[in-house]
Amino acid sequence: MSKFIEWDAIGNIIVVGLVFGAGLPALFALGVRALAGPGAKHANGAALLTRRVAAVTCFTVIVLAVTGAIIYIAAGGH
Amino acid sequence: MEITEPILLVLVVATALAFDFTNGFHDTGNAMATSIATRALKPKQAVLLSASLNLVGAFLSLAVAATIATGIVNSGVVTLQVVLAGLVGGIVWNLATWFFGIPSSSSHALVGGIVGAVIAAAGTSGVLWSGLIGKVLLPALIAPIVAIGVASVGTWLVVRITREVKDNTNDRMFRWGQIGSASLVSLAHGTNDAQKSMGIILLALLASGAVPEGSSVPFWVILSCALAMAAGTYIGGWRVIRTLGKGLVELSSRQGMAAETSSAAIILVSSHFGYSLSTTHVATGSILGSGVGMKGAKVRWSVAGRMFGAWVITVPSAAAVGALCFFIEQVIGGNAGSYVVFALLVVISTMIFVRSRRTKVDSKNVNDDWESSADNESVIAQSVAAHDPRLLRIKRKKKKRNKKKKSVAGKKHKKKNVTG
Repeated sequence: MSKFIEWDAIGNIIVVGLVFGAGLPALFALGVRALAGPGAKHANGAALLTRRVAAVTCFTVIVLAVTGAIIYIAAGGH
Repeated sequence: MEITEPILLVLVVATALAFDFTNGFHDTGNAMATSIATRALKPKQAVLLSASLNLVGAFLSLAVAATIATGIVNSGVVTLQVVLAGLVGGIVWNLATWFFGIPSSSSHALVGGIVGAVIAAAGTSGVLWSGLIGKVLLPALIAPIVAIGVASVGTWLVVRITREVKDNTNDRMFRWGQIGSASLVSLAHGTNDAQKSMGIILLALLASGAVPEGSSVPFWVILSCALAMAAGTYIGGWRVIRTLGKGLVELSSRQGMAAETSSAAIILVSSHFGYSLSTTHVATGSILGSGVGMKGAKVRWSVAGRMFGAWVITVPSAAAVGALCFFIEQVIGGNAGSYVVFALLVVISTMIFVRSRRTKVDSKNVNDDWESSADNESVIAQSVAAHDPRLLRIKRKKKKRNKKKKSVAGKKHKKKNVTG
Protein backbone atom coordinates (compact mmCIF):
# COMPACT_ATOMS: atom_id res chain seq x y z
CA MET A 1 0.00 0.00 0.00
CA SER A 2 2.77 2.42 0.84
CA LYS A 3 3.70 2.78 -2.78
CA PHE A 4 0.23 4.17 -3.50
CA ILE A 5 -0.31 6.32 -0.44
CA GLU A 6 1.88 9.35 0.04
CA TRP A 7 1.93 9.35 3.82
CA ASP A 8 4.06 12.51 3.98
CA ALA A 9 1.57 14.45 1.90
CA ILE A 10 -1.36 13.16 3.94
CA GLY A 11 0.39 14.01 7.21
CA ASN A 12 1.03 17.52 5.97
CA ILE A 13 -2.55 17.93 4.77
CA ILE A 14 -3.91 16.85 8.16
CA VAL A 15 -1.62 19.14 10.18
CA VAL A 16 -1.88 22.24 7.98
CA GLY A 17 -5.55 21.53 7.30
CA LEU A 18 -6.21 21.50 11.07
CA VAL A 19 -4.29 24.74 11.60
CA PHE A 20 -6.29 26.61 8.95
CA GLY A 21 -9.48 24.58 8.62
CA ALA A 22 -10.14 24.40 12.36
CA GLY A 23 -8.00 27.32 13.52
CA LEU A 24 -9.65 30.03 11.43
CA PRO A 25 -13.22 29.15 12.50
CA ALA A 26 -11.99 29.09 16.11
CA LEU A 27 -10.43 32.52 15.64
CA PHE A 28 -13.66 33.81 14.13
CA ALA A 29 -15.51 32.39 17.12
CA LEU A 30 -13.10 34.18 19.47
CA GLY A 31 -13.86 37.41 17.61
CA VAL A 32 -17.58 36.86 17.97
CA ARG A 33 -17.20 36.03 21.64
CA ALA A 34 -15.09 39.15 22.20
CA LEU A 35 -17.80 41.32 20.63
CA ALA A 36 -20.91 39.64 21.93
CA GLY A 37 -19.90 37.33 24.76
CA PRO A 38 -20.73 37.94 28.43
CA GLY A 39 -19.11 41.05 29.81
CA ALA A 40 -18.44 42.59 26.43
CA LYS A 41 -20.85 45.44 26.77
CA HIS A 42 -21.33 48.53 28.87
CA ALA A 43 -24.66 49.04 30.52
CA ASN A 44 -25.65 51.28 27.60
CA GLY A 45 -25.08 48.49 25.06
CA ALA A 46 -21.81 49.66 23.50
CA ALA A 47 -18.96 47.17 23.42
CA LEU A 48 -15.86 47.75 25.57
CA LEU A 49 -12.90 49.19 23.67
CA THR A 50 -10.57 46.31 24.60
CA ARG A 51 -13.12 43.80 23.40
CA ARG A 52 -13.56 45.64 20.13
CA VAL A 53 -9.80 45.77 19.57
CA ALA A 54 -9.56 42.05 20.26
CA ALA A 55 -12.39 41.29 17.82
CA VAL A 56 -10.95 43.48 15.08
CA THR A 57 -7.59 41.76 15.52
CA CYS A 58 -9.19 38.33 15.09
CA PHE A 59 -11.14 39.37 12.01
CA THR A 60 -8.09 41.09 10.47
CA VAL A 61 -6.02 37.92 10.78
CA ILE A 62 -8.82 35.99 9.06
CA VAL A 63 -9.13 38.53 6.23
CA LEU A 64 -5.37 38.36 5.74
CA ALA A 65 -5.50 34.55 5.59
CA VAL A 66 -8.30 34.64 3.00
CA THR A 67 -6.48 37.25 0.91
CA GLY A 68 -3.38 35.11 1.08
CA ALA A 69 -5.40 32.12 -0.11
CA ILE A 70 -6.75 34.05 -3.11
CA ILE A 71 -3.28 35.24 -4.08
CA TYR A 72 -2.12 31.66 -3.70
CA ILE A 73 -4.87 30.41 -6.04
CA ALA A 74 -4.07 33.15 -8.56
CA ALA A 75 -0.40 32.26 -8.47
CA GLY A 76 -1.34 28.73 -9.52
CA GLY A 77 0.02 27.21 -6.34
CA HIS A 78 -2.47 24.40 -6.25
CA MET B 1 -1.78 23.57 -40.90
CA GLU B 2 -4.49 21.14 -41.95
CA ILE B 3 -7.23 20.27 -39.49
CA THR B 4 -7.76 16.56 -39.95
CA GLU B 5 -11.31 16.01 -38.71
CA PRO B 6 -13.04 19.39 -38.37
CA ILE B 7 -16.60 18.19 -37.66
CA LEU B 8 -15.46 15.62 -35.12
CA LEU B 9 -13.33 18.28 -33.46
CA VAL B 10 -16.34 20.59 -33.14
CA LEU B 11 -18.35 17.73 -31.59
CA VAL B 12 -15.61 16.99 -29.07
CA VAL B 13 -15.29 20.66 -28.09
CA ALA B 14 -19.07 20.94 -27.71
CA THR B 15 -19.15 17.79 -25.58
CA ALA B 16 -16.30 19.04 -23.41
CA LEU B 17 -18.20 22.28 -22.81
CA ALA B 18 -21.31 20.26 -22.01
CA PHE B 19 -19.29 18.32 -19.45
CA ASP B 20 -18.04 21.60 -18.01
CA PHE B 21 -21.65 22.73 -17.69
CA THR B 22 -22.70 19.56 -15.83
CA ASN B 23 -19.60 19.91 -13.66
CA GLY B 24 -20.75 23.41 -12.73
CA PHE B 25 -24.27 22.55 -11.73
CA HIS B 26 -23.33 19.28 -10.09
CA ASP B 27 -20.83 21.03 -7.84
CA THR B 28 -22.70 24.21 -6.89
CA GLY B 29 -23.68 22.45 -3.70
CA ASN B 30 -20.09 21.88 -2.58
CA ALA B 31 -19.67 25.58 -2.00
CA MET B 32 -23.17 26.84 -1.43
CA ALA B 33 -25.29 24.07 0.12
CA THR B 34 -24.52 25.06 3.70
CA SER B 35 -25.11 28.79 3.10
CA ILE B 36 -28.45 28.02 1.49
CA ALA B 37 -29.47 25.57 4.21
CA THR B 38 -28.73 28.03 7.04
CA ARG B 39 -30.30 30.90 5.07
CA ALA B 40 -27.11 32.93 5.15
CA LEU B 41 -27.89 33.59 1.49
CA LYS B 42 -31.10 33.28 -0.46
CA PRO B 43 -30.87 30.38 -2.92
CA LYS B 44 -30.75 32.62 -6.00
CA GLN B 45 -28.16 34.95 -4.44
CA ALA B 46 -26.04 31.97 -3.51
CA VAL B 47 -25.90 30.48 -6.99
CA LEU B 48 -25.28 33.90 -8.51
CA LEU B 49 -22.36 34.53 -6.14
CA SER B 50 -20.98 31.05 -6.75
CA ALA B 51 -21.33 31.39 -10.53
CA SER B 52 -19.52 34.74 -10.55
CA LEU B 53 -16.68 33.37 -8.45
CA ASN B 54 -16.41 30.24 -10.58
CA LEU B 55 -16.13 32.53 -13.60
CA VAL B 56 -13.40 34.61 -11.97
CA GLY B 57 -11.68 31.47 -10.71
CA ALA B 58 -11.49 30.00 -14.19
CA PHE B 59 -9.45 33.00 -15.33
CA LEU B 60 -7.18 33.10 -12.31
CA SER B 61 -4.71 30.42 -13.20
CA LEU B 62 -3.82 27.87 -15.85
CA ALA B 63 -1.41 25.86 -13.76
CA VAL B 64 -3.27 22.57 -13.78
CA ALA B 65 -4.83 22.62 -17.25
CA ALA B 66 -4.24 19.42 -19.19
CA THR B 67 -3.30 17.41 -16.12
CA ILE B 68 -6.59 15.55 -15.84
CA ALA B 69 -5.74 12.45 -17.80
CA THR B 70 -1.98 12.48 -17.62
CA GLY B 71 -0.55 9.83 -15.37
CA ILE B 72 -3.79 7.86 -15.49
CA VAL B 73 -3.97 6.69 -19.09
CA ASN B 74 -1.29 6.11 -21.66
CA SER B 75 -1.46 9.31 -23.70
CA GLY B 76 -0.35 7.50 -26.88
CA VAL B 77 -3.74 5.79 -27.27
CA VAL B 78 -5.88 8.91 -26.79
CA THR B 79 -7.68 9.85 -30.01
CA LEU B 80 -10.62 12.17 -30.64
CA GLN B 81 -12.96 9.15 -30.61
CA VAL B 82 -11.64 8.06 -27.22
CA VAL B 83 -12.01 11.57 -25.79
CA LEU B 84 -15.58 11.85 -27.09
CA ALA B 85 -16.60 8.46 -25.65
CA GLY B 86 -14.96 9.33 -22.32
CA LEU B 87 -16.72 12.70 -22.11
CA VAL B 88 -20.07 11.11 -22.85
CA GLY B 89 -19.42 8.60 -20.05
CA GLY B 90 -18.65 11.45 -17.64
CA ILE B 91 -21.70 13.50 -18.63
CA VAL B 92 -24.14 10.60 -18.41
CA TRP B 93 -22.90 9.66 -14.94
CA ASN B 94 -23.03 13.28 -13.79
CA LEU B 95 -26.61 13.62 -14.99
CA ALA B 96 -27.65 10.32 -13.43
CA THR B 97 -26.19 11.18 -10.03
CA TRP B 98 -27.67 14.67 -10.22
CA PHE B 99 -31.07 13.16 -10.94
CA PHE B 100 -30.85 11.13 -7.76
CA GLY B 101 -29.41 14.05 -5.81
CA ILE B 102 -26.13 12.34 -5.06
CA PRO B 103 -23.06 14.56 -4.76
CA SER B 104 -20.51 12.46 -6.62
CA SER B 105 -17.21 13.70 -7.92
CA SER B 106 -17.30 15.21 -11.42
CA SER B 107 -13.59 14.64 -11.83
CA HIS B 108 -14.02 10.97 -11.04
CA ALA B 109 -16.79 10.73 -13.62
CA LEU B 110 -14.53 12.26 -16.26
CA VAL B 111 -11.55 10.07 -15.34
CA GLY B 112 -13.80 7.00 -15.28
CA GLY B 113 -15.26 7.76 -18.69
CA ILE B 114 -11.85 8.22 -20.26
CA VAL B 115 -10.41 5.13 -18.57
CA GLY B 116 -13.32 3.07 -19.90
CA ALA B 117 -12.90 4.40 -23.43
CA VAL B 118 -9.16 3.73 -23.30
CA ILE B 119 -9.70 0.15 -22.11
CA ALA B 120 -12.15 -0.38 -24.97
CA ALA B 121 -9.69 1.13 -27.43
CA ALA B 122 -6.38 -0.32 -26.30
CA GLY B 123 -7.10 -2.92 -23.64
CA THR B 124 -6.08 -2.78 -19.98
CA SER B 125 -2.49 -1.95 -20.88
CA GLY B 126 -3.62 1.54 -21.93
CA VAL B 127 -4.37 2.40 -18.31
CA LEU B 128 -1.65 3.30 -15.82
CA TRP B 129 -3.16 1.35 -12.91
CA SER B 130 -0.86 2.61 -10.18
CA GLY B 131 -1.70 6.17 -11.23
CA LEU B 132 -5.40 5.38 -11.21
CA ILE B 133 -5.25 3.83 -7.74
CA GLY B 134 -2.83 6.33 -6.23
CA LYS B 135 -4.24 9.49 -7.75
CA VAL B 136 -7.94 8.77 -7.96
CA LEU B 137 -9.24 5.83 -5.96
CA LEU B 138 -7.32 6.10 -2.68
CA PRO B 139 -7.72 9.88 -2.36
CA ALA B 140 -11.46 9.28 -2.63
CA LEU B 141 -11.26 7.22 0.56
CA ILE B 142 -8.88 9.57 2.33
CA ALA B 143 -10.58 12.90 1.51
CA PRO B 144 -13.80 12.42 3.46
CA ILE B 145 -11.98 10.98 6.47
CA VAL B 146 -9.59 13.94 6.69
CA ALA B 147 -12.47 16.37 6.13
CA ILE B 148 -14.64 14.77 8.82
CA GLY B 149 -11.73 15.08 11.26
CA VAL B 150 -10.86 18.69 10.52
CA ALA B 151 -14.47 19.91 10.39
CA SER B 152 -15.43 18.15 13.61
CA VAL B 153 -12.48 19.69 15.48
CA GLY B 154 -13.33 23.10 14.02
CA THR B 155 -17.02 22.81 14.88
CA TRP B 156 -16.26 21.60 18.39
CA LEU B 157 -13.94 24.57 19.01
CA VAL B 158 -16.40 27.08 17.55
CA VAL B 159 -19.35 25.78 19.53
CA ARG B 160 -17.32 25.67 22.71
CA ILE B 161 -15.96 29.20 22.31
CA THR B 162 -19.32 30.75 21.47
CA ARG B 163 -21.57 28.78 23.83
CA GLU B 164 -22.17 31.85 26.00
CA VAL B 165 -23.12 34.05 23.08
CA LYS B 166 -26.80 34.43 22.29
CA ASP B 167 -28.06 32.22 19.48
CA ASN B 168 -29.37 34.98 17.26
CA THR B 169 -26.12 36.95 17.61
CA ASN B 170 -24.19 33.85 16.66
CA ASP B 171 -26.38 33.25 13.65
CA ARG B 172 -26.09 36.83 12.46
CA MET B 173 -22.31 36.94 12.71
CA PHE B 174 -21.48 33.47 11.52
CA ARG B 175 -23.54 33.97 8.39
CA TRP B 176 -20.94 36.50 7.30
CA GLY B 177 -18.21 34.01 7.98
CA GLN B 178 -20.13 31.43 5.99
CA ILE B 179 -20.45 33.68 2.96
CA GLY B 180 -16.72 34.35 3.02
CA SER B 181 -15.67 30.72 3.34
CA ALA B 182 -18.20 29.51 0.76
CA SER B 183 -16.90 32.11 -1.68
CA LEU B 184 -13.41 30.75 -1.28
CA VAL B 185 -14.59 27.23 -2.08
CA SER B 186 -16.34 28.54 -5.23
CA LEU B 187 -13.21 30.31 -6.35
CA ALA B 188 -11.04 27.24 -5.81
CA HIS B 189 -13.58 25.11 -7.67
CA GLY B 190 -13.63 27.44 -10.68
CA THR B 191 -9.87 27.37 -10.91
CA ASN B 192 -9.51 23.64 -10.51
CA ASP B 193 -12.41 22.20 -12.44
CA ALA B 194 -12.76 24.60 -15.36
CA GLN B 195 -9.16 23.82 -16.19
CA LYS B 196 -9.95 20.15 -16.56
CA SER B 197 -12.26 20.89 -19.49
CA MET B 198 -9.76 23.38 -20.89
CA GLY B 199 -7.15 20.64 -20.78
CA ILE B 200 -9.44 18.20 -22.60
CA ILE B 201 -10.21 20.75 -25.34
CA LEU B 202 -6.52 21.55 -25.69
CA LEU B 203 -5.77 17.84 -26.10
CA ALA B 204 -8.42 17.59 -28.81
CA LEU B 205 -7.09 20.66 -30.63
CA LEU B 206 -3.58 19.25 -30.52
CA ALA B 207 -4.69 15.79 -31.65
CA SER B 208 -6.46 17.16 -34.71
CA GLY B 209 -3.73 19.62 -35.59
CA ALA B 210 -5.88 22.71 -35.10
CA VAL B 211 -3.18 24.32 -32.99
CA PRO B 212 0.57 23.71 -33.29
CA GLU B 213 2.37 21.34 -30.92
CA GLY B 214 3.31 22.92 -27.60
CA SER B 215 0.83 25.78 -27.71
CA SER B 216 -0.92 26.94 -24.57
CA VAL B 217 -4.66 27.17 -23.98
CA PRO B 218 -6.19 29.63 -26.50
CA PHE B 219 -8.18 32.50 -25.02
CA TRP B 220 -11.51 31.46 -26.56
CA VAL B 221 -11.15 28.09 -24.81
CA ILE B 222 -10.62 29.75 -21.43
CA LEU B 223 -13.56 32.06 -22.03
CA SER B 224 -15.98 29.39 -23.21
CA CYS B 225 -15.04 26.99 -20.40
CA ALA B 226 -15.42 29.72 -17.79
CA LEU B 227 -18.82 30.69 -19.19
CA ALA B 228 -20.03 27.08 -19.45
CA MET B 229 -19.09 26.38 -15.85
CA ALA B 230 -20.60 29.64 -14.58
CA ALA B 231 -23.83 28.97 -16.49
CA GLY B 232 -24.00 25.46 -15.03
CA THR B 233 -23.36 26.78 -11.54
CA TYR B 234 -26.06 29.41 -11.93
CA ILE B 235 -28.64 26.88 -13.10
CA GLY B 236 -27.81 25.20 -9.83
CA GLY B 237 -27.95 21.50 -9.10
CA TRP B 238 -30.77 21.97 -6.63
CA ARG B 239 -31.15 18.25 -6.06
CA VAL B 240 -27.54 17.90 -4.96
CA ILE B 241 -27.70 21.14 -2.94
CA ARG B 242 -30.70 19.75 -1.11
CA THR B 243 -28.98 16.49 -0.21
CA LEU B 244 -25.85 18.24 1.02
CA GLY B 245 -27.58 21.07 2.85
CA LYS B 246 -30.56 19.27 4.34
CA GLY B 247 -30.02 15.55 3.96
CA LEU B 248 -26.87 14.87 5.93
CA VAL B 249 -26.99 17.15 8.94
CA GLU B 250 -29.38 19.80 10.22
CA LEU B 251 -26.99 22.70 9.98
CA SER B 252 -26.67 25.82 12.07
CA SER B 253 -24.66 28.74 10.73
CA ARG B 254 -21.81 27.98 13.13
CA GLN B 255 -21.55 24.46 11.72
CA GLY B 256 -21.87 25.73 8.17
CA MET B 257 -19.07 28.19 8.64
CA ALA B 258 -16.77 25.60 10.19
CA ALA B 259 -17.60 23.09 7.43
CA GLU B 260 -16.91 25.47 4.55
CA THR B 261 -13.67 26.75 6.07
CA SER B 262 -12.53 23.18 6.55
CA SER B 263 -13.37 22.41 2.91
CA ALA B 264 -11.53 25.46 1.60
CA ALA B 265 -8.47 24.77 3.75
CA ILE B 266 -8.22 21.09 2.84
CA ILE B 267 -8.75 21.67 -0.89
CA LEU B 268 -6.08 24.37 -1.07
CA VAL B 269 -3.62 22.63 1.25
CA SER B 270 -3.92 19.26 -0.47
CA SER B 271 -3.31 20.69 -3.90
CA HIS B 272 -0.33 22.57 -2.48
CA PHE B 273 1.17 19.25 -1.42
CA GLY B 274 0.47 17.74 -4.82
CA TYR B 275 -2.30 15.43 -3.63
CA SER B 276 -5.44 16.41 -5.39
CA LEU B 277 -8.61 15.58 -3.48
CA SER B 278 -12.09 15.81 -4.94
CA THR B 279 -13.94 19.01 -3.98
CA THR B 280 -17.10 16.96 -3.63
CA HIS B 281 -15.63 14.38 -1.29
CA VAL B 282 -14.02 17.05 0.88
CA ALA B 283 -17.19 19.15 1.08
CA THR B 284 -19.34 16.14 1.98
CA GLY B 285 -16.86 15.01 4.62
CA SER B 286 -16.73 18.49 6.11
CA ILE B 287 -20.51 18.70 6.40
CA LEU B 288 -20.60 15.30 8.11
CA GLY B 289 -17.78 16.44 10.41
CA SER B 290 -19.71 19.54 11.40
CA GLY B 291 -22.46 17.22 12.61
CA VAL B 292 -20.02 14.97 14.46
CA GLY B 293 -18.42 17.93 16.25
CA MET B 294 -21.66 19.49 17.47
CA LYS B 295 -23.27 18.13 20.58
CA GLY B 296 -26.78 16.92 19.89
CA ALA B 297 -26.62 17.37 16.12
CA LYS B 298 -28.30 14.74 14.00
CA VAL B 299 -26.14 13.02 11.42
CA ARG B 300 -28.01 10.87 8.91
CA TRP B 301 -25.42 8.18 8.37
CA SER B 302 -27.84 6.27 6.17
CA VAL B 303 -27.83 9.11 3.63
CA ALA B 304 -24.06 9.32 3.91
CA GLY B 305 -23.82 5.57 3.37
CA ARG B 306 -25.74 5.74 0.10
CA MET B 307 -23.46 8.54 -0.97
CA PHE B 308 -20.28 6.60 -0.22
CA GLY B 309 -21.74 3.72 -2.18
CA ALA B 310 -22.20 5.98 -5.18
CA TRP B 311 -18.64 7.23 -4.90
CA VAL B 312 -17.28 3.71 -5.00
CA ILE B 313 -19.12 2.91 -8.22
CA THR B 314 -18.53 6.29 -9.92
CA VAL B 315 -15.34 5.33 -11.75
CA PRO B 316 -16.47 1.85 -12.87
CA SER B 317 -19.92 3.11 -13.96
CA ALA B 318 -18.61 6.05 -15.96
CA ALA B 319 -16.00 3.69 -17.39
CA ALA B 320 -18.71 1.28 -18.50
CA VAL B 321 -20.59 4.06 -20.30
CA GLY B 322 -17.36 5.34 -21.85
CA ALA B 323 -16.41 1.88 -23.07
CA LEU B 324 -19.90 1.27 -24.45
CA CYS B 325 -19.76 4.54 -26.37
CA PHE B 326 -16.41 3.61 -27.84
CA PHE B 327 -17.77 0.23 -28.96
CA ILE B 328 -20.71 1.95 -30.63
CA GLU B 329 -18.28 4.25 -32.42
CA GLN B 330 -16.25 1.27 -33.59
CA VAL B 331 -19.19 -0.88 -34.66
CA ILE B 332 -20.69 1.86 -36.80
CA GLY B 333 -17.28 2.99 -37.85
CA GLY B 334 -15.76 6.20 -39.04
CA ASN B 335 -17.10 9.61 -38.20
CA ALA B 336 -20.67 8.33 -38.44
CA GLY B 337 -20.04 6.36 -35.24
CA SER B 338 -19.07 9.52 -33.41
CA TYR B 339 -22.13 11.34 -34.70
CA VAL B 340 -24.36 8.53 -33.43
CA VAL B 341 -22.74 8.65 -29.99
CA PHE B 342 -23.20 12.42 -29.86
CA ALA B 343 -26.85 12.04 -30.87
CA LEU B 344 -27.30 9.38 -28.16
CA LEU B 345 -25.89 11.80 -25.60
CA VAL B 346 -28.40 14.45 -26.63
CA VAL B 347 -31.28 11.94 -26.40
CA ILE B 348 -30.23 10.59 -23.00
CA SER B 349 -29.70 14.08 -21.55
CA THR B 350 -33.09 15.21 -22.77
CA MET B 351 -34.75 12.12 -21.30
CA ILE B 352 -33.15 12.64 -17.89
CA PHE B 353 -34.08 16.31 -17.96
CA VAL B 354 -37.71 15.65 -18.88
CA ARG B 355 -37.98 12.95 -16.23
CA SER B 356 -36.51 15.33 -13.64
CA ARG B 357 -39.28 17.88 -14.24
CA ARG B 358 -41.76 15.48 -12.69
CA THR B 359 -40.12 15.71 -9.29
CA LYS B 360 -38.74 19.15 -9.48
CA VAL B 361 -36.31 20.53 -6.92
CA ASP B 362 -35.54 24.21 -7.40
CA SER B 363 -34.70 27.36 -5.51
CA LYS B 364 -38.18 27.40 -3.96
CA ASN B 365 -38.33 24.01 -2.29
CA VAL B 366 -34.62 23.33 -1.83
CA ASN B 367 -34.85 24.02 1.91
CA ASP B 368 -38.00 22.05 2.67
CA ASP B 369 -37.73 19.68 5.60
CA TRP B 370 -35.89 16.56 4.62
CA GLU B 371 -38.08 14.05 6.37
CA SER B 372 -41.48 15.22 5.21
CA SER B 373 -40.44 15.30 1.58
CA ALA B 374 -42.01 12.02 0.67
CA ASP B 375 -42.08 12.86 -3.03
CA ASN B 376 -38.39 13.46 -3.33
CA GLU B 377 -37.65 10.45 -1.22
CA SER B 378 -39.64 8.19 -3.44
CA VAL B 379 -37.57 9.32 -6.40
CA ILE B 380 -34.33 8.57 -4.64
CA ALA B 381 -35.87 5.32 -3.61
CA GLN B 382 -36.50 3.90 -7.02
CA SER B 383 -32.95 4.21 -8.09
CA VAL B 384 -30.17 4.13 -5.66
CA ALA B 385 -31.45 1.10 -3.87
CA ALA B 386 -34.53 -0.15 -2.18
CA HIS B 387 -35.08 2.78 0.04
CA ASP B 388 -37.48 3.37 2.85
CA PRO B 389 -38.33 6.86 4.06
CA ARG B 390 -38.30 5.45 7.55
CA LEU B 391 -34.60 4.84 7.17
CA LEU B 392 -34.08 8.56 7.36
CA ARG B 393 -35.33 8.69 10.89
CA ILE B 394 -32.67 8.90 13.47
CA LYS B 395 -34.50 7.22 16.29
CA ARG B 396 -33.54 3.68 16.88
CA LYS B 397 -36.70 2.23 18.26
CA LYS B 398 -38.35 1.34 14.95
CA LYS B 399 -36.93 -2.12 14.49
CA LYS B 400 -39.37 -3.16 11.83
CA ARG B 401 -37.41 -1.37 9.17
CA ASN B 402 -35.02 -4.30 9.24
CA LYS B 403 -37.00 -6.14 6.68
CA LYS B 404 -36.19 -3.45 4.16
CA LYS B 405 -32.52 -3.63 4.82
CA LYS B 406 -31.28 -4.83 1.49
CA SER B 407 -30.04 -1.35 0.71
CA VAL B 408 -26.68 -0.15 -0.48
CA ALA B 409 -23.66 0.16 1.64
CA GLY B 410 -24.70 -1.74 4.71
CA LYS B 411 -24.07 1.31 6.82
CA LYS B 412 -27.35 1.17 8.62
CA HIS B 413 -25.83 -0.11 11.80
CA LYS B 414 -23.91 3.11 12.14
CA LYS B 415 -27.02 5.16 12.30
CA LYS B 416 -27.27 6.78 15.65
CA ASN B 417 -27.87 9.96 17.50
CA VAL B 418 -24.58 11.73 17.69
CA THR B 419 -24.60 13.08 21.17
CA GLY B 420 -20.96 13.98 21.29
